Parts: sequence; C-alpha cells; structure tokens
Amino acid sequence: MSSIMENFLVPKHEIISEEEKVALLNKYKISLKQLPKILSSDPVVKVIGAKVGDVIKITRNEMEIGHTLYYRVVIKG
Amino acid sequence: MIEINGVEIPDALMERFDKYCKDKGINEGERDRLLKEYAKFIQRSRYEPGEAVGVIAAQSISEPATQMTMRSYTMASTVGRLSKVTLGLPRLIEVFDARKTFERKMRIYPKKEYNNRESALEIASEIVEKKVSDIIEKSAIDLLDLRIELHLKDKYDSEQIKTLLEKKIKRIEVETHGHTIYVIPEKNGIKDLREIKLKILDINVGGIKGIEEAGVFQDENDNWVIETYGSNLKKIVEYDKIDHTRVYTNDIYEVEKVFGIEAARNVIAMEAKNTLDKQGLDVDVRHILMAADTMTADGKIKSVGRYGVSGSKGSVLARANFEETIKHLTRAAFRGEIDPLESIVENVMIGNVSPVGTGVVELGVDIEKIRKQKKK
Repeated sequence: MSSIMENFLVPKHEIISEEEKVALLNKYKISLKQLPKILSSDPVVKVIGAKVGDVIKITRNEMEIGHTLYYRVVIKG
Repeated sequence: MIEINGVEIPDALMERFDKYCKDKGINEGERDRLLKEYAKFIQRSRYEPGEAVGVIAAQSISEPATQMTMRSYTMASTVGRLSKVTLGLPRLIEVFDARKTFERKMRIYPKKEYNNRESALEIASEIVEKKVSDIIEKSAIDLLDLRIELHLKDKYDSEQIKTLLEKKIKRIEVETHGHTIYVIPEKNGIKDLREIKLKILDINVGGIKGIEEAGVFQDENDNWVIETYGSNLKKIVEYDKIDHTRVYTNDIYEVEKVFGIEAARNVIAMEAKNTLDKQGLDVDVRHILMAADTMTADGKIKSVGRYGVSGSKGSVLARANFEETIKHLTRAAFRGEIDPLESIVENVMIGNVSPVGTGVVELGVDIEKIRKQKKK
C-alpha cells in the first residue's frame, strides 16, 4: 500500500530526529502536546513506520503559496 | 524558501517577483535592491503576533458566502457530465460541517495507455456497480409453485448467477432452465418470498460497490476523465487500469481512511475553495487553509461548530457563549469545571483585557536580576 504516498493529495511525510525535535520545540517555545496531532492508525504513519511520540515533518505544496512546512506529533489512536 | 534579511519569502511570491523582473527587464543590481524592498513589504503584510486570525478567517469566508445563491443543484451540465452534485452554500456548509451523508463524487483518470474515449468508456462501464436487478429482464413470484423466477438478459450466464446466489443467500435451492432461474427458498410464505426476492435483486454481481453512475469527458488538457456519482476510494485505488496518483473524491472521510489526515485536510480546502470559486467569490486561500488546519489539528476530522471545533474548546464560558448555553453551564457546575480565563471570549464576557493584539503582551519582571543589580 505504499502507492498511497504517490497520490497528489498526500504531501511528503518524514520522521524527524530527536535533535530536530528539540530544536523545533525550542524555536516555537512549545511542548510536544501543543503540536497538531496525527493518529498512529493513520495510513501514512503506517507506511513510514512512525511510532507514538515521533514528530512528522510534512512538506506541503500549498496552492498559491508554494512549499510550506508543517509538523504533527503521532498520538495513539 | 528564500530568506532575505531574516524574512522568509514564499515560493509562489518569489516566482511572481522573478516574472516581474524578467518582464520589466530589471538588471542584477536593481533586482537586489528591489528584492530587499519586496522582503520589507512582505514582512509588513504579515500578521502580527496576537492577531485574531480565526475571527478574520471566519469573517472572510462567511461574508462572501452570504452572497451565494441558495440554489442547491446545478442547472446546466455538459453531455456525459453528471449534474447531481450539490453546489453553492449548501455544499460549503457540508464541507465545514464535515457531514457524513452527501452526494459523493469521484474523479478518475485512466492510465496513460488507456487515455482515449473507448478505453475510458470501457473502464467507466466496468467500475459502475451492477446488481442482480440490472442483469435481469424481469422477476416474478410464482405463487402456485412458491418460487421466485428470474429471467436473465441474454448475455449473462445463468450457471454463474446460480453459484453466486447459493453463496450469498442461505437456505435456498436454485434451479436453472436456459436463461430462467428458479429460486426455491426453504421458508416459502408469501412474505418470505417477497423479502428474499428483494434481497436477491440487491446482490452485487460486478463493478465496484458504491459507484452508481459514471460519465466520461475530456478535460482542458485533452485527458479523458471519468466522473462518477457515488464513491468508493479504497476499491478504486486498487483497480489497476486507473492512474492512482490522480484519483480524487469529495468524501473527506474516505480520504482520511485511505490517504490519511493530511490528504483529508487538502480535500477540505480544495472543496471549499472550488465551491467558492464556482460562485465567482474570491476568498484568499489562506483563510480556507487555516479553517482546514483547525478542523484536522487533532488527527481526526472535526466539524466547525457545536459538535466539533467550538464544542471542544477548553473554556466553559467560551463554549457557553457559542451555543447551548444552559447545557454547558449546568454540566460545568455539575462536574466542578474551572475556567482559567485564558482565551478571548471569556475575557470579553467578564470585561478583562483579552489576549488579542497588544493584549497578548504581558510584563514580566525577573526579581532575581533586580536584586543582583541592587547588590552591585
């Protein structure tokens, strides 16, 4: 089912490293809880093999804006 | 993304800038100077910290929405295109309410090798759901022999249907006679016969479940497109003749299940934007994107309203302020909820300074540092 990643609706998802995670949280001065969430049952999460507590970096290609970055933390569900 | 003097310039804006410079024939030195001014301009047009972006987005979407026509169905349709899909204000409400029942629609592109009219029509007829009622000429209940008669159309094989029926419905006997099928159920009261007949007619014999109609047309880039009424994303993605990178459905819940929350968020934004665009209303995408982000921030789709985003606010007073005041207040009293008065609405209610705009800023004093200063 990795073919779902090729659909134009699905942006690029990457798991970020522990250091990047700390840097991100420090940059926005927030805790992990305050990040937008993604469920561990999400099909994309299953494909990239992220675990609960991981932060996923999403590179979106937004209409009329271009590339933007978004982060979601994996929660149980 | 490029950074000029600490200002991030979005790709699309940079593209526009490059195009402008090219058109006007601006040379390197001038371009650099202009770019610095451009960065300053972008910096100025950004929202400041503390801006109430949610309220602005709500206003920016709903003011044009009041101009929308209330008519819910399209009037004109091109030949081969389907017209039964909700448009205008009703559709916008469906999207933001995250409704579960609405007119589903899919857009499917065939693979490159099937990109012609004949193949597209063939695929369309293959994916449309066929039931037993579609492959028979007539059906009847024989009251004398207490059995159900099905007269198949000529091109279908009665033996195949027989095995299918035996598999799908229990406690029946099936006999075939040329193109006629006799179904003799164990329970043979007239009421039972009627019930079983309805069950038989509803059995799926081919195609993809949920796809009710399919039409074929050519898009702006001369690609053949299949538009269907009814949707079944999971099965369509597995179907091998179609281009799975370009499948689109307007059912956000299906997208969430098959492609994940990020794709669902994109569909919410696209549906809302397209609905507004079709009515000739120009709403900046940023407002819509933020609404879509808020609806999907918890990892699952939440509607904008009582049962979704507004209903799950942390503050009791904010919830009571929106809808169902008494319900929220009594429940809060019952559970002993505490409102920390951290957000906007509740502070407006009690007459405090709200944390919006300049109200966000608070003065913090580091007493330790002052003590140290004094000691010196």
